[in-house]
Amino acid sequence: MAMHEASPLPKDQRQDSPLVRRLLIAVVLAFLALFLLAPLLVIVVEALARGADAFWLALQDADVLASIRLTLLVAAIVLPINAVIGIAAAWAVAKYRFFGKSLLLTLIDLPFSVSPVIAGLIYVLLFGAQGMFGGWLQGHQISIVFALPAIVLATLFVTFPFVARELIPHMQALGNVDEEAALTLGATGWQTFVRVTLPNIKWSLLYGLLLCNARAMGEFGAVAVVSGKIRGLTTTMPLAVEILYNEYMSVAAFSVAAVLATLALVTLVVKSVLEWRYADDLAANHRPDRTRA
Amino acid sequence: MSVAVQIDRVSKGFSTYPALKGVSLSIEPGELVALLGPSGSGKTTLLRLIAGLEQADGGAITFNGIDTRRLSLRERRIGFVFQNYALFKHMTVAENIAFGLSVRPRSQRPDRQAIQKRIDDLLDLVQLGGLQQRFPAQLSGGQRQRVALARALAIEPQVLLLDEPFGALDAQVRKDLRQWLRDLHRRTGHTTLFVTHDQEEALELADRVAILNQGLIEQVGTPDQVYDHPATAFVCGFLGEANRIPVEIKNGQALFRNRPLLSLKGTNATGGAELFVRPQHLKIDSPELAALAGDVTLIRRHGAVRRAEVEVQGVDRPLEVDLASAVAPDLGERIGLRVGQGHVFAGGLTPSFN
Repeated sequence: MAMHEASPLPKDQRQDSPLVRRLLIAVVLAFLALFLLAPLLVIVVEALARGADAFWLALQDADVLASIRLTLLVAAIVLPINAVIGIAAAWAVAKYRFFGKSLLLTLIDLPFSVSPVIAGLIYVLLFGAQGMFGGWLQGHQISIVFALPAIVLATLFVTFPFVARELIPHMQALGNVDEEAALTLGATGWQTFVRVTLPNIKWSLLYGLLLCNARAMGEFGAVAVVSGKIRGLTTTMPLAVEILYNEYMSVAAFSVAAVLATLALVTLVVKSVLEWRYADDLAANHRPDRTRA
Repeated sequence: MSVAVQIDRVSKGFSTYPALKGVSLSIEPGELVALLGPSGSGKTTLLRLIAGLEQADGGAITFNGIDTRRLSLRERRIGFVFQNYALFKHMTVAENIAFGLSVRPRSQRPDRQAIQKRIDDLLDLVQLGGLQQRFPAQLSGGQRQRVALARALAIEPQVLLLDEPFGALDAQVRKDLRQWLRDLHRRTGHTTLFVTHDQEEALELADRVAILNQGLIEQVGTPDQVYDHPATAFVCGFLGEANRIPVEIKNGQALFRNRPLLSLKGTNATGGAELFVRPQHLKIDSPELAALAGDVTLIRRHGAVRRAEVEVQGVDRPLEVDLASAVAPDLGERIGLRVGQGHVFAGGLTPSFN
């Protein structure tokens, strides 16, 4: 009986007309070409405007090399910190009940809604020479603002949500039961985390870290405020691009931009591969009984 | 290996409701006990308290006289089989089973060969030989259940706890596994507690059944005891179906509209009460002679027997009567009913049940 009820509807009722479909796809493609692909192409074209040699030469400048090193260093510091704090935050939200949990959830999103420039300004006001802790820090020969620590702090601020937000829904969906099983089997808390929790969340953790990495390398506003843009010392790649461009060194500016874009693209490719792998992994481990109870 | 479990006036409340209100139960070594009750009765909470996954607010649980509050989860050596098995999905069957052994401190950890031997033995025991390298996602529900059991048994538990062990399985697999589990229990002899809401499962499988309702144990006894001599109206109603007939108790007799329905032994109570009669204990009689008389409103199949619904004046719900095939009344016919046996509970105190 069900077979008859499921007889297919006429085709035109189930699908949009071909015209609408083509139009929509064309609009999206045109938009992507105009606003994403064209600028990327311009970067490459401008970077190579005076030939490949000029491009390589621009990248061998000491200040440019320093900015690349600094950017990678900041990302290398920020990523592990975000991984640890992100897991801790997600664990707290997903596995415990406590007073102020919804406030915590809102706070995790705060960096998304606050302008990065304001974030940078906050650190200047706190740690700058005229700031709350400025005098004390100067007295103890600790420099935070206009130095690496402030760049790391500002980057941490803007990138913190990525890992936590990726993990929270996933860990909430997983629940506590695997951890409880491990504990009843005699595992310690650390064994449970390493052998049960981490494998369960590894893909969303990696995914969060990739997003975090892309943002950490690309952050401009917050870093611009706290870094002081000391050439060769506190300029990250986005800052180097701006400085070079303002000095009419367009080949150098676009060369650095091209490298930065490439780093972002690599991240994007890795993310896509992971997404594909992640979906595969999820599908392979799909457990219908999870949805019960 | 197996221990006696003593549960002494254990209470536990959650933020919104009390889950257990002072529950006591003692379990002999090697005994198979069912915790039976509707959802929200506190049965799973009790199981989690024994496992150490929750902390009791009051009372004590002891294993062979040792207070479990002094034991870590590892020291309790609980084999816990979760409702949805909670198999580690990134580990193979063999890795799942070996988990409890492989997380032991190095000094207590068996060597590789010993672990492999244990895996092989357990897979034989649960009849899953050859599936070592499979992942949980590649197993059927019944197979996962048995892997979960093997994993729990691997640590040589003092007590085996099963939370709705057959809850997620379809009817046929349930039946097979039930028999198999009873068999396994006979062979391994672990002190075992399992939680279920299915009275048939509890009565068939357990040495003793503890019936919980709203955070209290209503009755503990062998399946025969609790089924034949229910202590409370709740137990009577929960263990199988029962018709409820309002009666008046007088001179050792249960009267329905002043006509004697059933004589009661050894009671000198008087007053209003409720008589619980199972469908198989109502016998058809002539409407003139029987105290209960009514019209047959429906006849339907109910498993092995056919069942009639009889509308009787003065009784809220139609009475359910199992029919012996030889004497089937017609629809709409007026019939009389005799009560073969039943249980009387004081009306005002009857707790609600489904």
